[in-house]
Amino acid sequence: MNFMASKQPENSLLGPEADSQRTLYPYVTGTSVVALKYKDGILMAADMGGSYGSTLRYKSVERMKPIGKHSLLGASGEISDFQEILRYLDELILYDNMWDDGNSLGPKEVHNYLTRVMYNRRNKFNPLWNSLVLGGVKNGQKYLGTVSMIGVNFEDNHVATGFGNHLARPILREEWHQNLSFEDGVRLLEKCMRVLLYRDRSAVNKLQIAKITEEGVTISQPYSLKTYWDFSAFANPAQGAVGSW
Amino acid sequence: MFRNQYDTDVTTWSPAGRLFQVEYAMEAVKQGSAAIGLRSKTHVVLGCVNKANSELSSHQKKIFKVDDHIGVAISGLTADGRVLSRYMRNECINYSFTYESPLPVGRLVVQLADKAQVCTQRSWKRPYGVGLLVAGLDESGAHLYYNCPSGNYFEYQAFAIGSRSQAAKTYLERRFENFVDSPRDDLVKDALMAIRETLQGEALKSSICTVAVVGVGEPFHILDQGTVQQMIDAFEIAGEQEVPATDPDAAAGQEAASEQGAAADEGVAPMDI
Repeated sequence: MNFMASKQPENSLLGPEADSQRTLYPYVTGTSVVALKYKDGILMAADMGGSYGSTLRYKSVERMKPIGKHSLLGASGEISDFQEILRYLDELILYDNMWDDGNSLGPKEVHNYLTRVMYNRRNKFNPLWNSLVLGGVKNGQKYLGTVSMIGVNFEDNHVATGFGNHLARPILREEWHQNLSFEDGVRLLEKCMRVLLYRDRSAVNKLQIAKITEEGVTISQPYSLKTYWDFSAFANPAQGAVGSW
Repeated sequence: MFRNQYDTDVTTWSPAGRLFQVEYAMEAVKQGSAAIGLRSKTHVVLGCVNKANSELSSHQKKIFKVDDHIGVAISGLTADGRVLSRYMRNECINYSFTYESPLPVGRLVVQLADKAQVCTQRSWKRPYGVGLLVAGLDESGAHLYYNCPSGNYFEYQAFAIGSRSQAAKTYLERRFENFVDSPRDDLVKDALMAIRETLQGEALKSSICTVAVVGVGEPFHILDQGTVQQMIDAFEIAGEQEVPATDPDAAAGQEAASEQGAAADEGVAPMDI
């Protein structure tokens, strides 16, 4: 009896397609990305972790990259798919620059291009396993949007991926306002990232904060957040718990 | 231009380095009814003469909306023009769908020119027999381009193509320096005056011409006959003083141009103009 794993039943009707495989599950993944609009542009934060399942395997993964002159892309999910997306965008920006005609792709155009890519892959049941955050400034207009692996896309004043949606967005809904200063924006992002560090098991304490304004992109050097573990509930976590766990 | 042994095929060079089939295609543009275009910093106006074959028939459509921010006026084989307009509309709509942003007119024009060039280098094709005046807006402002059957394209402040276009060109050459800062309505008036020049004394009526405008905050649209007639009436009376001055110039300019045209044929390839 042949016990080798085979994904095609013997009477497969797939024909030549049967030889290539589709994305089934991710391998090396990044966790949340959080971003918000502030006075001069967009601020985005992501940690530098690349998890291999439950192992926090890689700790220097840059999950935010500048795209062209006007955009910044942050990604969570499968790291190799993020790298593939960067290659697509590299080619897109290259051809855009080659026109050399005073027109350039802004963040809105890049976001929509990515939406098309993600949605078309989803339709072929071979998704790029990422949730993307695309922010930028062009001609004074700030833009912040997100696209998921199934092609769901929208723009907002603050966005997050993965766990960030559950832990960071509520904080942002309460405390975000128009025309945040740079310092206030960073403080707000750090507050979100600290909560994620405490509560998301795939978070690592090494993060970068990126800023994009009309002038351009700056991505900070990696740094760590101060944490406090001496809360009495942490000291004796099982105290009030009933049962064996 | 006379028949010769190098003009059967578009892929045959003449010893003087000319492709006669391409030049013949450009002749087709010159035989079509006139189309003119002019622009300011914020608006572009297209106009054309619409002569119907007979009183019973309707006139041909020569101005096409390509997208909200781009329009085109054609001269020559209108069937070829329709096909190219369909291509342009397709390109615009695909770009809009992918990028949620209007296709920059400068890029569309290059794609159009490359499409025309292909037809000058395949033995089983023929060049498109239509000249296109492409009017559009992009990030860097208002633009007017002329696309040639040869695959060349040029940007213009103002231009005219088709039969008797030299008269319009002469008028535009006199006035073009003022166009950059012209308000929209003055630009339309100048377009109508330029069209009138090509009519050689025949009365300018809104039933024989079409005018279209595109500008910042104004999507491309063709002006309706009523509006056009109003504008004609508004300046026709004022224009009477100008008429004696322009006519002799226009007549003289035309004669000189046609002489030069005949002499030039034996010399420089017109594709490079």
